[in-house]
Amino acid sequence: MAEVMTLIGGRSSKQGTVLCAGKLSPEYVELTSVVEMNVEDMARLGLSNNSKVRLRTPVGEAVLRCKGRETKDLPSGILFMVYGPMTTQLMAGDTAASGMPISKNIDVEVEPVPEAGTGT
Amino acid sequence: MSENLKFVPHATCTFCGCVCDDMDLTVDMDEKRITKAENACVLGKAWFREHGIEQRPYALIGGREATTAEGVEEAAQILARARFPLIYGLSDTTCEAQRVAVAIADMIGGTVDTTTSVCHGPSGIAFETVGESTASLGEIKNRADMVVFWGGNPAEAHPRLFSRYAVTPKGMYIPNGRKDRTVVLVDVRRTMSTPVADIFLRVKPRSDFEVLWALRALVKGRRVDPSIERRTGVSLAVLEDLVARMKSCRYGAFLFGMGLTMTRGRHFNSGALLALTTDLNEFTHWVAKPVRGHGNVTGADNVVSWQTGFPFGVNFSRGYPRFNPGEFTTVDLLARGETDAILILASDPAANFPKAAIEHLKRIPVISLDPKTTLTSQLARVAFTTATYGINVAGTVYRMDDVAITLRPAFESPYPSDEEILSAIRDRVRALLGGNRVPAVAPAVAAAS
Repeated sequence: MAEVMTLIGGRSSKQGTVLCAGKLSPEYVELTSVVEMNVEDMARLGLSNNSKVRLRTPVGEAVLRCKGRETKDLPSGILFMVYGPMTTQLMAGDTAASGMPISKNIDVEVEPVPEAGTGT
Repeated sequence: MSENLKFVPHATCTFCGCVCDDMDLTVDMDEKRITKAENACVLGKAWFREHGIEQRPYALIGGREATTAEGVEEAAQILARARFPLIYGLSDTTCEAQRVAVAIADMIGGTVDTTTSVCHGPSGIAFETVGESTASLGEIKNRADMVVFWGGNPAEAHPRLFSRYAVTPKGMYIPNGRKDRTVVLVDVRRTMSTPVADIFLRVKPRSDFEVLWALRALVKGRRVDPSIERRTGVSLAVLEDLVARMKSCRYGAFLFGMGLTMTRGRHFNSGALLALTTDLNEFTHWVAKPVRGHGNVTGADNVVSWQTGFPFGVNFSRGYPRFNPGEFTTVDLLARGETDAILILASDPAANFPKAAIEHLKRIPVISLDPKTTLTSQLARVAFTTATYGINVAGTVYRMDDVAITLRPAFESPYPSDEEILSAIRDRVRALLGGNRVPAVAPAVAAAS
């Protein structure tokens, strides 16, 4: 069952250091394929650290690995991930005549992706 | 490491908009790489460490190795043939190269847009509407006893903003450094920056405008309904306390990030913060500065402004510059499928633009200039390898507070600079077109149209 949550895109210092070596490195690709999620939300969806999760918007979808964050750091219903090839899949091209596409606080449907052998 | 070492004092880091100019570099001249970067933050150390000389072709044309001259010819032919060409990027190169990029856009009657349009472009729109109470970072360091970071995470994106300018350093009127400052952080989540703050306001997503407008009302002595907490996540008591502090400080500074510009409200959010700054100047001194990402994105704003009169999203198809975000900004031009050729200078839109815009990049001829292989260079018809500004290339950049800084390169690169390649393209396009594609329009005619 998919839930609607709010995705915030942003930067991290790890991303900043890794991108200097090039955005095509496996480390950069891995870094930009992780979504941080509230641990209570993860438990409710039957997810644990490194579980696969699908994020979907009207324009596209991305399958990511999730990483738990405590409620004091990341409130329920909020997701965070660093900008990269995966976030581009979820962003709409319309800028409301501003030039700026909405890159933070995007409504996304979140659903677990069953993995072979896990039963989830 | 060889024994052929060179010491470069007071070099400049161009990773982020802080443009720290106190880097002391040790360079291995045999291996052409920087082995030590004193005073650099974690991002700066990576920037210097990872920009040695890579063995790459000077240019690729359709994936085939080519000389720079062959690449210039192909790029010039593409731009000369295009009916709605776009020059995009500009924020990670020198002002000297940016100037040539604008000249090419002017000559071909195209559009020039910078990464500002997907960064603080909305703040640029707000500046034109509301105005900007500005300051240099040095002024903030020496005077600000209250600093409000809004919608940003400097600890991870601009680490030395805290230590060099706005939180811990001692200043002329801030003799005790951190102890003399009240630091406030406003964000929708806790970040690495949060522990730095004395006061942390966690606002609900998409409610920055409402919080800012409530603060404006309180500053002006108007009544705000306690239900503001239900809408924004911040209680009226917290807002009243913040306003009391803001009105009673000696010198306040807002440093705001893309938490305001990339979300619902966009330029209205930036405008609300700038208007709040103006309101506070009725009581004490307040300034507001956008915190900028790329090393010379502020230079791009300055160069495009002093060349065209507008900061980004400028079109020359009528023979004079027109500015219209939403019409002449890159995401819009690409997502609508309007642009038929693009030159991308020191930027990687294929890695961070919306899907629809990237899909169009795959359909049109792309010319890219970058020191690294990127997702954008991989889909380019012509991909130039360039020297890295600040490390191999001299020139001028602007810090995020519009202060111009001269670069001190560490070692030479075998690859040409952006300015050299762009100048060659400009000259070849001029020869192909026989001058400007769109004749200059007399001012009176331009004003009437």
